[in-house]
Amino acid sequence: MMNSDELRKAIKGYILSEFLPGEKPENVTDDLPLISSGVLDSIATLKLVLFLEEKCGIVLEAHEADKENMDTIDMMVATAQSKQK
Amino acid sequence: MSAPLHFDFIEAARLHPGRVAVVEPKAGQITYAQLDALSDRVRDRLIALGVGRGDRVGMYVRKSIDGVAYILGALKAGAAYVPVDPGAPPARNAYIMHNCAVKTVLTEAKLTEKFRAELQQLGASPELLVLDTVGAGQGLAACLDVLDGARLAPLSATDAAPADSLAYILYTSGSTGKPKGVMLSHENAVSFVQWCVEVFEPTPEDRFSSHAPFHFDLSILDLHVSLGCGAAVVLIGEDLGKDPVRLAKLIADERISIWYSAPSILSLLAQFGNLDKADYSNLRHVLFAGEVFPVKHLRHVTRLWPGRRYFNLYGPTETNVCTYYEVMLPVPEERSVPYPIGPVCSHLDSKVVDEHGTTVAKGAEGELCITGRGVMQGYWSLPEQTANGFFVDVDGTRWYRTGDIVVEEANGDYIYRGRRDRMVKRRGYRVELGEIESGLYKHDKVKEAAVIAKPDEEAGVKITAYLSCKVAEAPSLIEMKRFCSEHIPIYMIPDRFVWLETLPKTSTDKVDYQRLKELN
Repeated sequence: MMNSDELRKAIKGYILSEFLPGEKPENVTDDLPLISSGVLDSIATLKLVLFLEEKCGIVLEAHEADKENMDTIDMMVATAQSKQK
Repeated sequence: MSAPLHFDFIEAARLHPGRVAVVEPKAGQITYAQLDALSDRVRDRLIALGVGRGDRVGMYVRKSIDGVAYILGALKAGAAYVPVDPGAPPARNAYIMHNCAVKTVLTEAKLTEKFRAELQQLGASPELLVLDTVGAGQGLAACLDVLDGARLAPLSATDAAPADSLAYILYTSGSTGKPKGVMLSHENAVSFVQWCVEVFEPTPEDRFSSHAPFHFDLSILDLHVSLGCGAAVVLIGEDLGKDPVRLAKLIADERISIWYSAPSILSLLAQFGNLDKADYSNLRHVLFAGEVFPVKHLRHVTRLWPGRRYFNLYGPTETNVCTYYEVMLPVPEERSVPYPIGPVCSHLDSKVVDEHGTTVAKGAEGELCITGRGVMQGYWSLPEQTANGFFVDVDGTRWYRTGDIVVEEANGDYIYRGRRDRMVKRRGYRVELGEIESGLYKHDKVKEAAVIAKPDEEAGVKITAYLSCKVAEAPSLIEMKRFCSEHIPIYMIPDRFVWLETLPKTSTDKVDYQRLKELN
């Protein structure tokens, strides 16, 4: 199982390569709003959910893939870890 | 001459008062008799507020039974309804309301603050009917109760709108950067609804999906075909509509029998919806429109949902559906070429012309032009764009130029080839690349902006913005996406942003789009 730092790094790497190619890594902070600010659209969010499920061996409920649970990298890590327990 | 659009609903309410008319999952449902009564109250209140035949009323509220009752009430009052995207920037929605001078706007409390400020800036002051809560028609009923106070609005007669009076105005992306209002009359709408009844043979037992938002022309079929024949329509909210897992479950749970959406949603359902896991035995028709359906994904859907009838519907907002094609199953394994858009619908007439308006030979490429009862009256307060949208032939017939390049096959089916201008379809929405550019120019660091679209197997189309900057350090990608989400609808936000020192130019010093496409 990944620890939270490893997971944070993996999510950040995935977001940068898939949705923000060319963006400076330091701009993607752990508390940057991604869904509510329009950086990730609904299809990008869906892809990210699949990525998290595969990486962490978890299943997210559809209603968890929203800005209340997934808006920032911190929130994604917390959501994924609450499922791993 | 045909009866007005709302008369079929009134007749259905008389015949089927106890049947469910509209279902709003998790919020509630409403019967025909209740919806008829609630929309009568809307009619009376609107008329008491001074709304009359030919006036426009706006709708800036999430999809709900409240919204449906308001639409029917507006039509009963003789007004044209103007629905806008509740998720679009308030400034865009205020522009639309001001542009067509609506007398009232139905809106919800959480949207009013910014909206009111934007209206004020434009000097517009329509009466706002503000719902504290939205859902199941209760928010609307409560709002009407407050307006009624001690005295009900006087009972008024339902307007028997003449065929050429406006039923609704739908705003679409405009190349100048401002959305433009497509004006559709009762006759336009009714001729389309009648065509749907002839082809899809709906019955009061049917349960229609309403996946498209009300500001999208697919909603005309969803709402007015279902409510005209005594069937039920199931409203699917925006959040649920994008979530394939919950959406698939809803189609099964709500026993949808006629599904209608953009192809991209069906692709998502096939890929992520676990469609082999639930009972979809009620589903009989799958209709799709708004963009080209990649055959790979269509084949996937038809395998998961075999034995249904699949219809590819084509048409711009200006005509609603004007050609249709029934896909015969199975979709062959080796097929990769998209299906035709089919022959012209029976309530319209079509021809293919060259750039001079001369009809081309069968099999030759040209622009598809449409005439008949379903074709819009024009664009709201844009006489020049309206004139450019049509040409009049030697017989005096007025033809709408779709801007779509097609080829007619020997059997009368049309094959779609592409656009003659800078419009693309994205997730079923039409997007003028010029409107994105205008949005980008609002950023104070953007010096030049040019937007290119390219076909993409997965997304349908990918949009790249090429920009040059007024200052040394260009804004980050994150900042640009955030900026765009505040100035243009989400479906218009480019996938990529590329900063160049300066944009390539032609010899006449215009942006050289051809060279940008090569860079792409």
